Amino acid sequence: MFETLTERFDQIFTRLKSRGRLGDAEVDEVLREIRVALLEGDVALEVVRDLLERIRARCSGAELSRSLTPAQQVIKVVNEELTATLGGETLVIRYASAPPTVVLLAGLQGAGKTTAAAKLALWFKQQGRHPLLVGTDLQRPAAVEQLRVLGKEIGVSVFSEASDPVTVARRGVAEAIRVGRDVVIVDTAGRLSIDEALMAEMREIHDAVSPNYTLLVIDAMTGQDAVQTARTFHDRLALDGVILSKVDGDARGGAALSVKAVVGRPIAFISTGERIGDFESFHPDRMASRILGMGDVLSLIERAESVYDEASSQRAMESLRSGRFTFDDFLEQLEQMKKMGPLSSVLGMLPGLPKEMKNATIEDRDVARIEAIIRSMTSKERQNPSVIDGSRRVRIANGSGTTTAEVNKLLNQFKDMQKMMRSSMMSQGLARAAKGRKKKGGRVTPASR
Amino acid sequence: MLFRRGRGADASAQDDGALATESADAEERAAIDVRDRAAPDSEESDHGASDQSEFGKTAVDLAGGDGEATDAEATLEREEADQASHRVPRTSRFGRARGFLSAPLGGLRRGARVDAGVIEELEEALLLADVGYATTTRLLDGLRSALAARAIEADTEGLVAYLREAILNLLLVGDATLHHDASVTNVWLFVGVNGVGKTTTIGKLASRERSRGRKVVLAAGDTFRAAAGEQLDLWASRAQVEIVQGANGADPSSVIFDAIAHANAVGADLVLADSAGRLHNKTNLMEELKKVRRVADREPGHVVEVLLVLDATTGQNGLTQAREFAAAVGITGVVLTKLDGTAKGGIVLAISSELGLPIKLVGLGEGIDDLAEFDPHEFVDALFFGVEAGD
Ligand SMILES: Nc1nc2c(ncn2[C@@H]2O[C@H](COP(=O)(O)OP(=O)(O)OP(=O)(O)O)[C@@H](O)[C@H]2O)c(=O)[nH]1
Ligand SMILES: Nc1nc2c(ncn2[C@@H]2O[C@H](COP(=O)(O)OP(=O)(O)O)[C@@H](O)[C@H]2O)c(=O)[nH]1
Ligand SMILES: [Mg+2]
Ligand SMILES: [Mg+2]
Repeated sequence: MFETLTERFDQIFTRLKSRGRLGDAEVDEVLREIRVALLEGDVALEVVRDLLERIRARCSGAELSRSLTPAQQVIKVVNEELTATLGGETLVIRYASAPPTVVLLAGLQGAGKTTAAAKLALWFKQQGRHPLLVGTDLQRPAAVEQLRVLGKEIGVSVFSEASDPVTVARRGVAEAIRVGRDVVIVDTAGRLSIDEALMAEMREIHDAVSPNYTLLVIDAMTGQDAVQTARTFHDRLALDGVILSKVDGDARGGAALSVKAVVGRPIAFISTGERIGDFESFHPDRMASRILGMGDVLSLIERAESVYDEASSQRAMESLRSGRFTFDDFLEQLEQMKKMGPLSSVLGMLPGLPKEMKNATIEDRDVARIEAIIRSMTSKERQNPSVIDGSRRVRIANGSGTTTAEVNKLLNQFKDMQKMMRSSMMSQGLARAAKGRKKKGGRVTPASR
Repeated sequence: MLFRRGRGADASAQDDGALATESADAEERAAIDVRDRAAPDSEESDHGASDQSEFGKTAVDLAGGDGEATDAEATLEREEADQASHRVPRTSRFGRARGFLSAPLGGLRRGARVDAGVIEELEEALLLADVGYATTTRLLDGLRSALAARAIEADTEGLVAYLREAILNLLLVGDATLHHDASVTNVWLFVGVNGVGKTTTIGKLASRERSRGRKVVLAAGDTFRAAAGEQLDLWASRAQVEIVQGANGADPSSVIFDAIAHANAVGADLVLADSAGRLHNKTNLMEELKKVRRVADREPGHVVEVLLVLDATTGQNGLTQAREFAAAVGITGVVLTKLDGTAKGGIVLAISSELGLPIKLVGLGEGIDDLAEFDPHEFVDALFFGVEAGD
């Protein structure tokens, strides 16, 4: 995903030569791609629209970053906006001064409420509390039994009876008081937001137990409907937070963004599996890059910014532009790239890098050999590889502990690379990416390895 | 196949002819109907069996009617609709799934010319229905070229007719019947991610198949989730069919194999096999499912259907689900559940067109009768609710 996306972005920005600032036309084009990415990630349309407006406002006319390609710069803003939307205030549980603290769970059928109820109970237990689970789902066959089994597994008792959901809820709280439990978690039957009768019942349950926290459980695989669900439940119940379930799947999880944008209350927990322990607090930044589907690019952007050095990048730019890219430059680049992580992954992430290079499977082991070969070259050879004849090749191979075949291969690859760089493929993206990872004195001394 | 709007709250329910001439209003009224369905006419907490949704009720008619026109349907100007190559809009039993195009088109007057704005609104409507960016773009590109080539009229009717056909083409793939060979022990295996409605669908289908004269045995193949066996067991008694259970945590393939053996012994011809919900990215669980399928296919069992159950609220991940389950166990069709909600289930367009998988059944509620055959025409009609037909 990210490859095609960044490639497209880079094309946009190389086509439209930069003028020191992000131009409106370029930003528009990139935003169109971002829109697709967000929609494919199941972010609700209205939320996408708002986000794009905010991103446009921040990007258009912005000064070009020196450490990032324009595409990366926009992506960074997108990521920041997503993270900001997803994050903000966190849910801090304040225990009721007159116990019990009541937590009410609501959501669609199959969202993961019952499982979340048990997970939450375990969580409270780990906080040193004494929870009681209350099963008000008298609707789905064996729903209470499901809760009982889970309760038993975590050693938390379950209250339910064959009356009606509102009564069960009310008696559940009374029971907690009677037996001295300080937290009550009320599980409810799944219901559709348009099911008036059941939504009204939900409100009655709510009023019967006066929850301190009402949480919506929503499936991470939900599509555009997330907005409708969140809005309706929020209107009826004034939600305090959200639990995102089934995050262990591979859905991009745009629903998280939709729900957060609509409800404006924190995503408190994520459920990451069927086992009771699979329950975590929510990290907006991780979710943002997941929704965007560009996790690797984002981490590259971060690292590129942190190792950025202006002077050496200027040098690299120049040698790249003049087409006088030497083995010294290459070595320096390899060193910088290694700082950013395993080369095999870094290379794939570089925007604007010719496909041929991206697809070349470069192992970090290979990189070590390449380095050894280059280090066995004389300064003259590095600056001007054309002087490397047959006998020099043998010498280099011996010196680096490699074979002449390997030396030949590197020389050929390097020649191809120089050619590519001179050609139109030599995009601004690569230059910027390259400069982003350069650092003064990038040459690494043995001590620093 | 037409269905009537259910009951009570819809007493005002227009016949289809009325809808055909007052689409925008009809949609508005429909919205009011929803609100009208509030508490007054609701049957307390027992929403499963009673099912406040009028759509659930109509599903009964449908299941029984099975494509035969009822008197109510006679009011439908079918001849006219057919010759106009698109149908008269109808209310849909697909809950709010109806009318995903109604907002943009409902506001358009008949004969209105199509401009870029309309297409943009259409795009929005398709995206909102979870059709997905790729499929939406494909549909609209087709529409644009048809317009450019003057192959269709550049007005609302032409556009609707075109889209209707295009969407139908995406949906009309494969064989949507449920296979059954009376001479063997047929196994229908239900698979899907967690919480989509596998067990419930099995319960509903058991009832339907039994009433159609088949001898059904349920196989409680979900030995993992808490109380999954009990849940299916309750469905077995509701549907009045036999069930074979294993111990909690037992090997699901052995439970299903036992159920098949039992079915064979008692002369039952249909085994409906439940499986634990699993996310398609969990390799070990997908391997387990492959084994289930292999074992179920051993004599005397014949796995003739592997049905992927898909929740209509699912977004773009639905396509990945279908792809992965198909690769692992060879899906023969899709069951689209929870269409009684607001979700449109548009991802099935991508699933049908890209994977060639037919949608075989739809779930329309939690009640035992809230199951219907998937009718692509009706599905598309539902999508076009509120769109005016040319007279
Ligand atoms: N509104 C509505 N609810 C449904 C429909 N089908 C199933 N459900 C509900 O969705 C929830 C999950 O259904 P199950 O049948 O337990 O789903 P499952 O796939 O077997 O779930 P697991 O076994 O837990 O993975 C239950 O609350 C069902 O009552 C439907 O068509 N409409
Ligand atoms: N993989 C996975 N499955 C989950 C998660 N949370 C719940 N489930 C499963 O989803 C299904 C429905 O969950 P349940 O708690 O019964 O949902 P409810 O109907 O909202 O109460 C069950 O099969 C659960 O085991 C999760 O985080 N990951
Ligand atoms: Mg439940
Ligand atoms: Mg089940």
